[in-house]
Amino acid sequence: MVRLFGPNPMNILVCVKRVPATTTRVAILDGKRLNPEGVEFVLNPYDEYAVEEALRRKEAAGTGKVTALSLGTADAQKELRQVLAMGADEAVLLAHAEAGFADAATTARQLEAEIRKRGPFDLLLFGKQAVDRDQHGVGPMVATKLGIPCITEVVNLDIADGKVTAEREVEGGRETVSATLPCAITCQKGLNEPRYANLKGIMAAKKKPLDTVQVDLSGAVVEVLEMAAPAPRPPGRIVGEGAAAVPELLRLLREEAKVL
Amino acid sequence: MSTILVVLEVRDGSVRPVSHEVLGAARALADESGASVIALATETCAADAAHLGAAGADRVLVGAAERHSPDGAAATVARVAKENGASCVLLAATARGRDQQGRIAALLDTGFASDCVAIDAKGPVFTRPVFAGKALIKVQIHAGVAVASLRANHFAPAGRTAEAVIESCSSESGKSEVVEISAKSAGRPDVAEAARVISGGRGLGGPENWHLLEKVADAVPGMALGASRAVVDAGWRPHGEQVGQTGKTVSPELYFAVGISGAIQHLAGMSSSKVIVAINRDKEAPIFQHATYGVVGDALEILPALADELQKLGLQ
Repeated sequence: MVRLFGPNPMNILVCVKRVPATTTRVAILDGKRLNPEGVEFVLNPYDEYAVEEALRRKEAAGTGKVTALSLGTADAQKELRQVLAMGADEAVLLAHAEAGFADAATTARQLEAEIRKRGPFDLLLFGKQAVDRDQHGVGPMVATKLGIPCITEVVNLDIADGKVTAEREVEGGRETVSATLPCAITCQKGLNEPRYANLKGIMAAKKKPLDTVQVDLSGAVVEVLEMAAPAPRPPGRIVGEGAAAVPELLRLLREEAKVL
Repeated sequence: MSTILVVLEVRDGSVRPVSHEVLGAARALADESGASVIALATETCAADAAHLGAAGADRVLVGAAERHSPDGAAATVARVAKENGASCVLLAATARGRDQQGRIAALLDTGFASDCVAIDAKGPVFTRPVFAGKALIKVQIHAGVAVASLRANHFAPAGRTAEAVIESCSSESGKSEVVEISAKSAGRPDVAEAARVISGGRGLGGPENWHLLEKVADAVPGMALGASRAVVDAGWRPHGEQVGQTGKTVSPELYFAVGISGAIQHLAGMSSSKVIVAINRDKEAPIFQHATYGVVGDALEILPALADELQKLGLQ
């Protein structure tokens, strides 16, 4: 399955997800899910860093292949075409009408099975989280199932002679983690500056292979019982204008809100 | 008797305070079901029996690893969970907890709930934000063991009088290892964990004015600095300080939004704060719709006055 090819990672897999844009106002359907009506869907912002990193690693190696993999609805072909337009070589969509509601464990199981079929890969890249369910779990879960190391929330990545050194942000500092290829990396903002697809890329993407495989998502262990809007905040008030309002503001914070 | 397993977070040989909150949540769960609480440090650390017992632990296991290995630590947790028949594995929803939860769930062949803000012992049912807090979901994990990470500032240490039993245990080795941790800004807490936060936006005019925010933060113990996406994207502040949907989601007791208009992706990241103070020169700015207290005016004029008045209070 996953094995090391050589000194530079060349065969790279990048996992991506179609998600609601961060500007989305969330409306809830049936008390359990996002109402997709009127929602703009985009490539998960953190996945853009993963795609960019994959392309840069391939370019640096001067050879190799970048495969994009996604579990999504049929509509996710749009995001995969975008990844192909950025420069990926081929894409695979694991399609299911309910894919948007899959939990991390279910998603990881599907991705793992497909990676075992399509591998070996030297490097697996993920966004650090998808901005819908915010689970932060798919990358490390897939890596664990494959038995390869994983470094999460990476802001700085160095790969040389099969050795991986990555920096990740932790509370109050940065952590340096070492591992060897094959390895999974989940990407944090700051790792790189993702490119935009140009017209040539968009045209080329139309001819690149995009396989669609229907999958079965039954057997999820995480059940969503309910989705609700957060409790509305009690109405606030304007304390005053300018620096003159500061003493009254501090009085309220101390005596009324009791937070100072 | 079933067991709730808490993964302690160790930094520089000590258990981080956020783990005491997780122990408190575990204690509440255990008391409801008659379970015991085992706390596990996967690497060597100074474990204080009275302190960890008070926070909620019955037993504390301290691993032998000298350094943290992400995959090795997860393997140690999974082994201890199996050995003790744990029904629940709880972690802090920190950089480390987020890193570990999926690995542990994969090794235990179960699912997990990330960044939980409440737990109902019946089920258990975990409440957690999605879409960076624009909605909350309640989830149940249908497996023999559930894994969950808990957000800072939402659970309290048990505060009981009890001494934990401290034992040592072996640690699994892994294929990756933390080789260095470098601390940044001296003494200021991280925005994701702090009980008090002051964030700045474009209304501050430029990065050269950030000392005005820092002065306020210096006058309030435990206050962290945050920033809006606009100023992070403009390169005024590091990404580690960004609050919002593509930054950190925070819920401190007190949040100051200074010169931040309140874009929906910023609001998603901070609107569960207990008290929100907005300072903005535009009285129509959306942030005022979400603020507990608002002050209309120029941040550059208001911040020095705020710092002066706070210094006079001599907060400890």
